[in-house]
Amino acid sequence: MSQVATTNPAFEPVEAFNKLEQNGAALMPLRKAGLARFSESNYPTLRDEDWRFTNVKPIAELPFRPTIDPLDRELGQEQLGNLIFGQLGTDRLVFVDGHFSAALSQIDDQPSGVTVTHLASGLAGLERELGGLSGGDDDPFVALNDAFFTDGALIQIGDAQRLAKPVHLLFVTTAGGDGEATHIRNWIVAGANSQGTIIESHLSLGQAASVTNVVTELRIGDGADIEHIKFQDQSNSAFHLASLYSELGRAAQYAFHSIALGARLSRNNLRMRMAQPGTECVLNGLYMLSGQQLADHHMIVEHAAPHCDSHEYFNGILDDRSRGVFHGRILVQPGAQKTDAKQTNKNLLLSDDATANTKPQLEIYADDVKCTHGATIGEMDDDAIFYLRARGLDTPTARRMLLHGFAGEIVERIRHDAVREELNALVLGRLETVHKLD
Amino acid sequence: MLQIKNLQAGIEDKPILKGINLTVNAGEVHAIMGPNGSGKSTLASVLAGRDGFDVTGGEALYNDNDLLDLATEERAREGVFLAFQYPVEIPGVNSAYFLRSAVNAIRKHRGEEEFDAMNFLKAVKVKMKELGLGEDFLKRPVNAGFSGGEKKRNEILQMTMLDPRLAILDETDSGLDIDALRIVADGVNRLRSDDNAQVVITHYQRLLDYIVPDFVHVLYDGCIIKSGDKSLALELEEKGYDWLIKEAA
Repeated sequence: MSQVATTNPAFEPVEAFNKLEQNGAALMPLRKAGLARFSESNYPTLRDEDWRFTNVKPIAELPFRPTIDPLDRELGQEQLGNLIFGQLGTDRLVFVDGHFSAALSQIDDQPSGVTVTHLASGLAGLERELGGLSGGDDDPFVALNDAFFTDGALIQIGDAQRLAKPVHLLFVTTAGGDGEATHIRNWIVAGANSQGTIIESHLSLGQAASVTNVVTELRIGDGADIEHIKFQDQSNSAFHLASLYSELGRAAQYAFHSIALGARLSRNNLRMRMAQPGTECVLNGLYMLSGQQLADHHMIVEHAAPHCDSHEYFNGILDDRSRGVFHGRILVQPGAQKTDAKQTNKNLLLSDDATANTKPQLEIYADDVKCTHGATIGEMDDDAIFYLRARGLDTPTARRMLLHGFAGEIVERIRHDAVREELNALVLGRLETVHKLD
Repeated sequence: MLQIKNLQAGIEDKPILKGINLTVNAGEVHAIMGPNGSGKSTLASVLAGRDGFDVTGGEALYNDNDLLDLATEERAREGVFLAFQYPVEIPGVNSAYFLRSAVNAIRKHRGEEEFDAMNFLKAVKVKMKELGLGEDFLKRPVNAGFSGGEKKRNEILQMTMLDPRLAILDETDSGLDIDALRIVADGVNRLRSDDNAQVVITHYQRLLDYIVPDFVHVLYDGCIIKSGDKSLALELEEKGYDWLIKEAA
């Protein structure tokens, strides 16, 4: 506790904890343990192997302002009207600076075996379970989240139930002051043979250097089929940190898509545990960066049971002085025979000053497995441009087509038609407006 | 249609084409044969405008205009088509989208109405059927994960759709089994007319059983060392290139 207090004399953890205790005394052991772990570790530095390419010093230098209370910046329905996925006919849970907004949210028509609500409203009984998947992690941001999280989504899909429509979790930071830190906790349980599409969007309204720190625990039951789309489009001054823990039951299918366009720095820890035989996990990501942005995807895919397939596809378009970081660790435990694990990371550099750091890491303790990985870092393919020009397309059109294709390769894998189409149009538009195509 | 006069070209300081002379008239099919490394693919690349080749002498006139002065896409729009020896894989770019963009770029240049999605589909499906390409083909990314035969059939499909005046086929037969070869050759033959011409670059006589040339040229060390009619190809099949090379030396 002393370290937090020292670096940020204005911040008083005791007072914050008193407020948090009013929301749930049973969570205090988790919170205290989190704060103790963070006080011990403090922020990671470039000397930490897991943070070698991602410097969080700018976060450490911000004032320490967890948004324990709502910031009372009024935000109306009309401001959300044009936001992404607004017209999809989803259920929508809106969180403003980490606090649930009943006025902006809309939940209906889900079957009786499905719960879609916010965590703070439905905590009873969950206190002991929270951290069940994330608890083994020593990540400092997870520790901070344990200590200070305010709210997040609570989704429970009963056995053999199906979400009647996608659930859209919209996390908005008002970003009115530097260092305002929103700690979000999501808890999602998909029962056996359940199905559903979950969309998670992160946006900021202001331009201050705000921090968003998300921890999501997701249990996917036997035979369940879940598609999870994460769209991060925060302002270029924002910091975004997220840790996702997913555990897959027997023959479960899980597809996670990360579209990372925003934030000055974003980090996605993806921790997949394929705990039972026959599971299939797809991690699919696109990052498109410009200016000084950095996007880091840090994966650990653990094959803990035989006959599981995992596929990772990450494409990055890096412009200006931006940096893309990919760390893909595949861990095949003893006994996880017939594992089929594939990983690709492709980076397209549009500027001489852009950087890609890619690090595959295969750790295999079983002998009958298929693991492949491939990484590329390069400029646009001259042969492909020539091919398109030889068919009558001019160079700007050819470049545009290739870039769109490179991004489209990822977006195409989104199974939900309306989400895929909306993201496809958005990505194409972004390529036109942000990246130099001519 | 095409007049190549004393064309010399190379990569960096290495000369590859050392004075090519070739005249191709409308309605003709020319075959260019020769051993590996003789400059066949360089000739195709230079005519199509690939970067990295320096033209150091001579000229190529296309319908009496300087072909080498045109950008690659301008040549394509003017009706020059290169079927690639190694068609490029373009992941993420849908074949239908690519092909319709290309067809429309060329139609626009010719002052023809651009195809909308419906008319394009109607036109392309007929051609796909002729080439034995299934309907899922249009949804797949351009050449990505295609077999060798599919890639070559895709080149012929593009050629058919773009309706070129001058088609240059660079080793289109390589890697094809006999059935695929026949399909590809049929595609080329259907295109033949009095107002267009084909230049077929090949290593083997085999393709010329199906695409019967009016003229056969042997390229060796950057020069055409012998020209003749289709019987020359048969002679080469039988005797190889060595006798010609000795004769030329």
